[in-house]
Amino acid sequence: MVPVLFFGAALGALGGAVGVIATRNPFYGVLALIVHLVSLAVLFLLLSAAFLAAAQVVVYAGAVIVLYVFVVAYIGGGEESAWEPIPGQRLLAPLLGLALLVELAIAVLASSLLALGTDGPDVGPGFGDPASIGTLLLEKFLIPFEASSILLLLAAVGAVVLAGRRRDGDAGTPSERFAREERPPSGDSSPTQHRRVASEEGVPVAPSRGTTS
Amino acid sequence: MSIEWYIVLSSLLFATGAVGILIRRSPVVILLCLELMLNAGNLALIAFSRMLGNEEGQVFALVVMVVAACEVVVGLGLIVAIFRRRLPLDVDALRELRG
Repeated sequence: MVPVLFFGAALGALGGAVGVIATRNPFYGVLALIVHLVSLAVLFLLLSAAFLAAAQVVVYAGAVIVLYVFVVAYIGGGEESAWEPIPGQRLLAPLLGLALLVELAIAVLASSLLALGTDGPDVGPGFGDPASIGTLLLEKFLIPFEASSILLLLAAVGAVVLAGRRRDGDAGTPSERFAREERPPSGDSSPTQHRRVASEEGVPVAPSRGTTS
Repeated sequence: MSIEWYIVLSSLLFATGAVGILIRRSPVVILLCLELMLNAGNLALIAFSRMLGNEEGQVFALVVMVVAACEVVVGLGLIVAIFRRRLPLDVDALRELRG
């Protein structure tokens, strides 16, 4: 049962990965990434990492993919322009990828980790479930946990600043924009000055109207 | 299944993602390929965590997931900003980083 699941999920993961890099339309690439991610979640379950499998499906297939789909729909999933910007790029890139694969294979084969050939030690049923991961996260790895929460906050703020709509077309970087908004314009056009001038004019008007009536 | 199979699969996925980054030119697809490579790393981390029998590798993989989410958010924000300025969405045309 386990080998069937493993090879099925491995085929799905590899097929999804090849689909991502081979389809011309980015929308189909995103759909292939969903196949890849769900197959990886199955592999995580086989490695008895239940919480991470759930997080993979919820975070990736639920949130990240939706973000990708929205952005692809926004920018329009146009096909790429002609190939070959650098001479021989199509030939060189797979060769470099193959070299990387050979390097990784050498690293795996030459590693002296004796446990690589085994199934790993017997672990209890609680291995990798949310309770144990949560305990580890909040006791031993509290500082990385808090640091990653700060990182998420910074990323959200950065995305809002980057993708925020500009009022005056495409002039200026965000920092210039903030400087322009905070600095009051020169001259008498400041709104507070307007208000003060109006109130000063308003004071003499009322008695004069009263004297004429 | 022995742990070796997972490591082999992980290196295959990593190489696939690297080839994708090298041959594609749309920034969105390059981000997708970056996801492939990060997920291959996650798979290796979880496989080693299973091999060693402790769960700290899974916490590591969780942090990698968080970093991947941040990278996607900032990268897609950049892509939307590039699109708003009507620049070409092509990493070969975007040679210069100055606005």
